[in-house]
Amino acid sequence: MAEFRLPANSRIRKDGKTFAAPAGAKQVRTFRIYRFDPESGENPRIDTYEVDVESCGPMVLDALIKIKNEIDPTLTFRRSCREGICGSCAMNIDGKNGLACVTACADVKGDVRIYPLPHMPVIKDLVPDLTNFYAQYASVKPWLQTRTPAPPDGERLQSKADQEKVDRPSACILCACCSTSCPSYWWNSDRYLGPAALLAAYRWIVDSRDEATGERLDELEDPFRLYRCHTIMNCAEACPKDLNPARAIGEIKRLLAQRQH
Amino acid sequence: MSTRERPLSPHLAVYRWQIGNTLSILHRFTGIALAAGFVALCCWLVALAGGERDFAAANRLLASPLGLLCLAGWSAAFFYHLLNGVRHLVWDAGFGFERRQRHASGWAVVAGALLLTAGLWLLARHGAA
Repeated sequence: MAEFRLPANSRIRKDGKTFAAPAGAKQVRTFRIYRFDPESGENPRIDTYEVDVESCGPMVLDALIKIKNEIDPTLTFRRSCREGICGSCAMNIDGKNGLACVTACADVKGDVRIYPLPHMPVIKDLVPDLTNFYAQYASVKPWLQTRTPAPPDGERLQSKADQEKVDRPSACILCACCSTSCPSYWWNSDRYLGPAALLAAYRWIVDSRDEATGERLDELEDPFRLYRCHTIMNCAEACPKDLNPARAIGEIKRLLAQRQH
Repeated sequence: MSTRERPLSPHLAVYRWQIGNTLSILHRFTGIALAAGFVALCCWLVALAGGERDFAAANRLLASPLGLLCLAGWSAAFFYHLLNGVRHLVWDAGFGFERRQRHASGWAVVAGALLLTAGLWLLARHGAA
């Protein structure tokens, strides 16, 4: 059920710390960052960091790394590739989900507010627990399922047109920006699969080489797993790879409707 | 290591209102308002069945400033819900998912609802005169 307020242990304390800019800083920007330390026993808080962005790279991730290196080594976040392909640094920046490594500080007006991905259990600071998200991805069986024997002398081939159907959905990096931007997913993540898992399901449903299309559709024909999507479209707005989970979900609904006739 | 339960990260309060999610929640709210408006419409019809005095009283209530405000709200909610419902229908048919299309159709629905509401009230004024 939709629970609009944060539970008591999740409400943000008012006494966050402030780290002032060093003397002589030329171009100061303020970063307000969600902090939670599981070992303190205390509720989350917002810490304020004043950063001299003149001696910093352009992206939000550059600023986070600068804060961790030079101001506060306790700040915790995931990052790896710093070029938008690993999906590790997904977080809520300026009210929208995105990857810190491809979000420019210059594109944010005013203070840069950074939270973990919304409505997720927080392990520490900006690191959410993605266990359920990954389990949902696994539940759509994101691999090729076949019934016929493979050709003895080569691979299972598909036409260029058929490849193009799976080309874009295959570009998903599983960063969870879309699913955790979706209010339906916030209220029903225990039963609704969410845009990322449904995009993956779609990618296999439309794959000309896959022979489990019927079973895949059967699995999704459920008031919650699929039909909790109410085309709010936050997923398509949030995707850092500019994919369109909303359309994929719409296509699955259409395939299910067509199958009845 | 603490055994404290993990906190839930902020969601509704921190997420930015964009055209997509704003119009989506507006669709819900107008739907709820219309359900209440339907009850009001039924009351008005019951008053009509109740005779001349009841009907006149109901009309006085609806012609009061508060009554007119409610009617204005219900008519705007009706046109918005109607047009945005068509937008949902188009999505269900598989069209209009691209960012530019979504945004354009959203603004078109808002503009259309405002125009139709204004048109209805102009017509009502004109008809009354």
